[in-house]
Amino acid sequence: MTLEEFTLNLEKELEEVEVGTLNPDTVYRDLKNWSSMYALIIIAFIDFNFNIILNSKELKETSTIRELYNLVKSKSV
Amino acid sequence: MYSVINHISLKGLSVCVPKQIVKTMDYDWLTEDERKMFIKNTGTEERRVSNPNLVTSDFCEKATNELLKKLNWDSQSIDVLIFVSQSPDYYLPATSAILQHKLNFKKGIVAFDINLGCSGYNYGLYVIANLMSSGNLKRGILLTGDTSTLSTNFRDKSTYPLFGDAGAATALEFDETAAPMYFNIFTDGSGYKSIIVEDGGARNQFTEKSFIEHKIEEGIYRSGKNLVLDGIEVFNFALKEVAASIEDIFKESKIDKARIDYFVFHQANKLINECVRKKCRVEPEKVPYSIQKFGNTSSASIPLTMIYKIKEDLENKSLHLLLSGFGVGYSWGNTILSTNKITCTEIIEIE
Repeated sequence: MTLEEFTLNLEKELEEVEVGTLNPDTVYRDLKNWSSMYALIIIAFIDFNFNIILNSKELKETSTIRELYNLVKSKSV
Repeated sequence: MYSVINHISLKGLSVCVPKQIVKTMDYDWLTEDERKMFIKNTGTEERRVSNPNLVTSDFCEKATNELLKKLNWDSQSIDVLIFVSQSPDYYLPATSAILQHKLNFKKGIVAFDINLGCSGYNYGLYVIANLMSSGNLKRGILLTGDTSTLSTNFRDKSTYPLFGDAGAATALEFDETAAPMYFNIFTDGSGYKSIIVEDGGARNQFTEKSFIEHKIEEGIYRSGKNLVLDGIEVFNFALKEVAASIEDIFKESKIDKARIDYFVFHQANKLINECVRKKCRVEPEKVPYSIQKFGNTSSASIPLTMIYKIKEDLENKSLHLLLSGFGVGYSWGNTILSTNKITCTEIIEIE
């Protein structure tokens, strides 16, 4: 999954987010209506697609989609 | 710990809930968009909330009386009573002792409490089935449930709209012809802080400070007597452990997963349960839910879901079931069992 596909697929998972809102440098925590529910959706999305479970500390260290993607990639090796 | 227990037959189920319905869309501590998102992801549209005069043991008592009536079992014939709950009547004595008296059970009964929550149904079944399998105790009643709404803070969006109150009764009987029950049971206390009520036990006794509310983060205020729920940590635990443990019990028991008619999960929240379901590659129609109407009902959630969604099948068919409970502790476990036309009451309401 490329960074662009990752961004698009994540946007689909976060159904409340309007299409076209996310790009790799979006600070996802600043999204309208951000809540820990979004964090759960992101963790589930990454687990389902990459079989990697991020804990809250790891998630907190990322703020953009690109950082999130890079973290997942670094753990996939 | 994997175990096979023989000679125990599940004979009946009953569940009792408060009559009062609280709807998530009326929860004005959240914005309307947040309420909709909460419902979509947790599944909880409404839940039952007890009034201050009714606690877990009252729901369990009513459920037991109705179940005994329907089974036509004499109250004096019960040899073992186990009450699984984290909302006991008192710090001491054990609630099971109070219930022995209220239910008119005989004095020569084995009765004790188990302090567990979301995993409590599987643990309770495991303990009572083990106690009964030698044949010394012929009839057992397992009571499970909580009044979790007593511990949640209205101004805590992470707990308040999720939990509902309920008490369930399960009747079991020694039966040499019964199919084996298979269990695997786990504990990992490293996660004990993820779901906790910090004050009121011996370590942090209640003081005036226990009642002072603090802002934890936006939308989350609570005091020492309130329930703490670290959603992300609990979610991680569930993703890591629950599906894998379900796969394990099928490997260990050598039972074909395709033979299972229903996978009844503890009703944690829809997002968690759907992740577990997908990881285990189980079809949605085999996974019943009650969370939409009752919320997370702790150790009552499995019997409540069975009565709410598959009562007719339980009453009229022979079924193979996988039951999975997981959460506070962390503590989790799975049970594979067969039922044969069991007795079920309706969902009983009291106020």
